[in-house]
Amino acid sequence: MSETMIRTRGLGKQYRIGAARNRPRSFREAIARSAAAPWRRPEPAELVWALRDLSIEVAYGEVLGVIGRNGSGKSTLLKLLSRITNPTTGYADIRGRVGSLLEVGTGFHPELTGRDNVYLNGSILGLDRASIARRFDEIVAFAEVERFIDTPVKRYSSGMYLRLAFAVAAHLEPEILLVDEVLAVGDAAFQRKCIGRMGHAAEEGRTVLFVSHNMTALQGLCSRAIWLKDGTLAEEGAPGVVVSHYLQDAAATRPHQFWPDAGLAPGNDRVRLRAARARPADSNPAEPITTRTPVLVEFEYWNLREGAQLSLTLHLTNEDGVLVLAAGPIDGRQSQIRPLPRGLFRDTCLIPGDLLNDGLHRVEVLVVDRDTDLVYRHTDVLVFEVRDTPDLRGGWFGKWKGAVRPILDWTTEHLDAGVAAPLSTAP
Amino acid sequence: MGLPDASALPGVPAIPPGPASAVVRVAPAGAWPGFDLPELWRYRGLLFFLVWREIKVRYAQTVLGAAWAILQPLLTTVVFTVIFGRFARLPSDGVPYPLFSLAALVPWTYFNTAVSGASNSLTANTSLVTKVYFPRLVIPGAAVLAALLDLAVSIVALLVLMLFYHAAPRPAAVVLVPVSVLMMVLTAAGMGFWLAALNIQYRDVKYVVPFLLQLWMFASPVVYPLSLVPDRYRLAYSLNPLAGAIAGFRSALLGAGGPTGVEFGVSLGMACLIFVGGAAYFRRTERVFADVA
Repeated sequence: MSETMIRTRGLGKQYRIGAARNRPRSFREAIARSAAAPWRRPEPAELVWALRDLSIEVAYGEVLGVIGRNGSGKSTLLKLLSRITNPTTGYADIRGRVGSLLEVGTGFHPELTGRDNVYLNGSILGLDRASIARRFDEIVAFAEVERFIDTPVKRYSSGMYLRLAFAVAAHLEPEILLVDEVLAVGDAAFQRKCIGRMGHAAEEGRTVLFVSHNMTALQGLCSRAIWLKDGTLAEEGAPGVVVSHYLQDAAATRPHQFWPDAGLAPGNDRVRLRAARARPADSNPAEPITTRTPVLVEFEYWNLREGAQLSLTLHLTNEDGVLVLAAGPIDGRQSQIRPLPRGLFRDTCLIPGDLLNDGLHRVEVLVVDRDTDLVYRHTDVLVFEVRDTPDLRGGWFGKWKGAVRPILDWTTEHLDAGVAAPLSTAP
Repeated sequence: MGLPDASALPGVPAIPPGPASAVVRVAPAGAWPGFDLPELWRYRGLLFFLVWREIKVRYAQTVLGAAWAILQPLLTTVVFTVIFGRFARLPSDGVPYPLFSLAALVPWTYFNTAVSGASNSLTANTSLVTKVYFPRLVIPGAAVLAALLDLAVSIVALLVLMLFYHAAPRPAAVVLVPVSVLMMVLTAAGMGFWLAALNIQYRDVKYVVPFLLQLWMFASPVVYPLSLVPDRYRLAYSLNPLAGAIAGFRSALLGAGGPTGVEFGVSLGMACLIFVGGAAYFRRTERVFADVA
């Protein structure tokens, strides 16, 4: 059973950074540049190692968790293992077919029916016709789209579309499954189904690489974890140990971040972040945030596509890796997100006082187009500390338990005194 | 490619561990990677599906559907007949000008569709290129093959027009027509591979291609006969693979003014060269597609 499914030796991938600014984007520019300095080679300073000298082994049937901050090389590792991109150094030996849930909806064509898309998607992901036919009913049932299977998918709701796409990817049953945070899609019930599906794959003896920021899911599903830091392997071992070291390592707070140069700001060709900040809402930004303080979380970003219906979602996670809350602009006043012109925007979110518990809080921001299309996500964009307050905690001096610490209405009545009637057992 | 059938049985581990599954090594590619034909063969099913998707999607939500494949060369024939046949009085080897120009426009339209489709194919499928591995050659390859359906449909229209003019194909057409079509497929694929690989790196290509194709049409015997080219330039002219392919196609069906055996051979050789050269360039640059897409 200790068959090695993946073995990497000195695996590395180098990218050129500042791509948006420094790469020649057209013939004209390339020619003009090589005419100006024909002997000039790319400067070493422009190159960055996304992944460097990684040597790991993954055994048959193992579920390996991969953790690390944004840009630490997790996605690069998955891209290398799925052969989408080529390594710069080293090699990886892979035994068996690799499937990945990166590929949800890949190759789906809006004009084709659900049935056609299942076959097409399956063949893109490496299945032959007979294998797809054998799994077809199961896929359709899993996606709950039986009635619409012969309708072009452009008439599907976004939820149906995603469910069908995920169902195909999840039923491929490859020997090695790569999962990159795809569980962010769909509603809660569907997510439970997906987690179940992953656990099932592991029970069947498939080898799974699971990249996630959800430390609870990661510790629950994985048998071993690796922690990537700045493209290199920082630690590997039992998930509980690695996760706690990872969380401690990131302990430095980062209450604001600012990227004045749009070319270097995090993001992609659709959206780029300009700034992020968490500060007390009603006092001086230098004041500490306590459990009683309302907190303003602000994001500034450039929308780079005319008419994109962008909305931001904020995920707030505590020290234990528990997702405390998810918030977005949907609050009843604004049910439909309007198309945005190109330009700079600011979103501000107010987290009321007497809600967060004390401790470090990490903010992840997700940018979504038309409610379902994840454009960009940035983990740990902010890390801020909520300090404990001595008041309002009664006689208790230990760590206040729970993910949140609201002040709830709480009364105590002396029933024997006859002021109020005791709860009756009768309905 | 599929997993063993055990995966269909509940409770049975689907993958027998052991040397049965092949080990793939992911490593930096050399400067000129080979074509990896066995892998391309394994992915023939995907090629088939992509061709089928192209065809199915091309005429989705159109009223006339595949009739467009006929209308395009037919309408151009009308325009060419008026301009080049009536006004410019270009010679047509004694064949009625409408028939003469349609017999060249049918293969030319195929080439045009195939090359422009293939050169845009990678950029139109970036989501595939950046998310899943497969031999990338199948993407432009599918565009080139999908256009063959239009060619088949328009050849039927050409045969109808031949009946109308009482024109009969030469017996050699049985060989010449398929070989001419093969030459066009090879040339279109070679150009398509090359342009698609350039296009994903430099989007300028998108603007260059229509212009290039327009020039190419006038450099090929479409509106004028091969016999219009002076004899001493004929061999050099045949370095354009479409010269041999289109003139060969037309003369096989209409009988007059075909290329000589040597000229046809030169064109065929060039077609093969373009095909191999385009594929080699594509394979060489393939490794950066996902990074620049």
